[in-house]
Amino acid sequence: MIYRETGQFKTSYAADQQLFPIVQDRVFVVAVIAFAFLVVPFVATEYLFLAILIPFLILALAAIGLNILVGYCGQVSLGTGAFMAIGAYSAYNLAVRIPDLNLLVVFILAGVFATIVGVVFGIPSLRIKGFYLAVATLAAQFFVDWLFARVSWFTNDSSSGSVSAPPITIFGYTIVTPVEQYLFVLAIVCVGALVARNLTRGAIGRSWMATRDMDVAAEVIGIRPMRAKLSAFAVSSFFVGIAGALWAFIRLGSWEPLAFDVNRSFQLLFMVIIGGLGSILGSFLGAAFIVILPLVLNQLPTRLGIPLSTAMISHIEFMVFGALIVFFLIVEPRGLARLWAIGKEKLRMWPFPH
Amino acid sequence: MSPALSRNLTIAFFVLLAAGAASPMLAGSAKFPQWLEVVLGGLMSGVLYSLVALGLVLIFKASGVFNFAQGAMVLFAALSLVRLMEKMPLVAALAVTVVIMVALAWVVERLVLRPLVNQEGIVLFMATLGIAYFLDGFGQSIWGSDIYNLHVGMPKEPKILLEGTFEGGILVSMEDAVAAVLAAIMVAALTIFFQKTGTGRALRAVADDHQAAQSIGIPLNRIWVIVWSVSGLVALVAGIIWGSKLGVQFSLQLVALKALPVVILGGFTSIPGAIIGGLIIGLGEKISEVYLGPLLGGGIENWFAYVLALIFLLFRPEGLFGERHIDRV
Repeated sequence: MIYRETGQFKTSYAADQQLFPIVQDRVFVVAVIAFAFLVVPFVATEYLFLAILIPFLILALAAIGLNILVGYCGQVSLGTGAFMAIGAYSAYNLAVRIPDLNLLVVFILAGVFATIVGVVFGIPSLRIKGFYLAVATLAAQFFVDWLFARVSWFTNDSSSGSVSAPPITIFGYTIVTPVEQYLFVLAIVCVGALVARNLTRGAIGRSWMATRDMDVAAEVIGIRPMRAKLSAFAVSSFFVGIAGALWAFIRLGSWEPLAFDVNRSFQLLFMVIIGGLGSILGSFLGAAFIVILPLVLNQLPTRLGIPLSTAMISHIEFMVFGALIVFFLIVEPRGLARLWAIGKEKLRMWPFPH
Repeated sequence: MSPALSRNLTIAFFVLLAAGAASPMLAGSAKFPQWLEVVLGGLMSGVLYSLVALGLVLIFKASGVFNFAQGAMVLFAALSLVRLMEKMPLVAALAVTVVIMVALAWVVERLVLRPLVNQEGIVLFMATLGIAYFLDGFGQSIWGSDIYNLHVGMPKEPKILLEGTFEGGILVSMEDAVAAVLAAIMVAALTIFFQKTGTGRALRAVADDHQAAQSIGIPLNRIWVIVWSVSGLVALVAGIIWGSKLGVQFSLQLVALKALPVVILGGFTSIPGAIIGGLIIGLGEKISEVYLGPLLGGGIENWFAYVLALIFLLFRPEGLFGERHIDRV
């Protein structure tokens, strides 16, 4: 009844190719964004910002990046944590060594550095595929972990190996409170999601998807595998690098290389699988799921009156994650985003069965 | 890249590797006995990597699943054994652990592999990631997450060999030597099992072609249970050896991750590849750590194996003994 495209006629190509062709979708997205920008800052508590909203937004950005590589281009990567680390440490070094640089430029340059490293570690993807590539990306992960732990130049010779981000000042305005941090991250994530969405539905996104579905066939129909794969690695690393810089500067404040270890890579991969491979919306859903689930698991036993040790809770968290991954792969390989799409289909027909 | 060029590059890679391994000695920066000690130590830790890699190769050969959970299985087996040994004698604990690993294989086949049959390899790979996480959480929540010492009667004292030949002799860890012998026995046993028994023949048939095997009446599901059980047993042996070396603890997982560069170096489908790949990785890692490490600030053990495997893959994408794969549209 309410969600139906009946009567919405398109009279130009531009109208037919717009981002959200259905009016209701457009209204819904605008409403969500307006709600996030205008209402949430006034109603949410500090806990909500720090524990849920900010981590969710930053990890969603990283998940979008990984989804471009894994979901759209089909190149499985276990080195996402490394690219986040590169973004974080290059932002740190730029901000500390060139204090006058605008912080937005710093974040973008951090993304650019991550892009360069991403392309270098993406070169093997031209020769190797599938599991071989997944293991090869672990090389990036362990090498980068070692690099930032051992080479003291990157940590500005800090004796403990951990570094602290300088205050975030943009155009003379310093971001301190959770609300300001939230709005800053939200703005970046919105731009990022828009860019990603447009890239994936354009020519370059189609070349990624063709490569994913069958690389030999893609090559035969004239897609250059080198350009498709390396551009996917580049765009993906750019997003992940910016997310890493945000994670370090806003979420962590001070950090050490362990913050971006191989578990971070797995966590992001799980977000992409649970949220939905090859879907921008799925990246958000997956990130929300993975951020909220541990909090629920932490709260639930106390609420139900079952006392559990923290170690036990973290083990149970592992079990639930593992079981959920298998569950999603079996029941809905295309993740939460697919469930959302099915729901929309159902809504289109409602209340009639056909 | 043409096959000839690829072959030449592979040969060049090994010549360089051998030169790299021998260079500390030739350059005179190390004396021969010390160098030999490092080489032996490297080869023996390589054997231990091969043990974990062997489990991976077995499963990949028979079901085309790249089992990321092998490390978790090693940890789970070792944890089960060490906690059961507190309650019963060694032999009984071993028997119960074997039963647990077989039961695990059965559950995995039932709940994960069967519903995912005919899915793409990468989906199955991600499912084993899920299994790995589940097993980690499960193992530690029922068996506890402390560091346990495993005593199964392995000799701990290092021995000094060839004292007459060199001044001071060379130091060899007996633990590693026993592990190497055990690994050799296991490989021999597996080879006999694969080549001489009916089940082994069925396993090889499944590895060659799932559909053809099924069409001549080989029960796929049972074969999978068998192969996961066998690799569960391999995991148990690896867990015993690693566990008595390092103590049974969560970090066994990370050691098991080292098996990944081993299998991609050796080729996913080859048992000799797992052994030789393990030896190369172990050797390269030790020599680079001892002679190259100080120049780079130490700790390069953590990534050297991966980078070595990565560079090698650029020349030979199918690994050392892997089957050459031809893509068809």
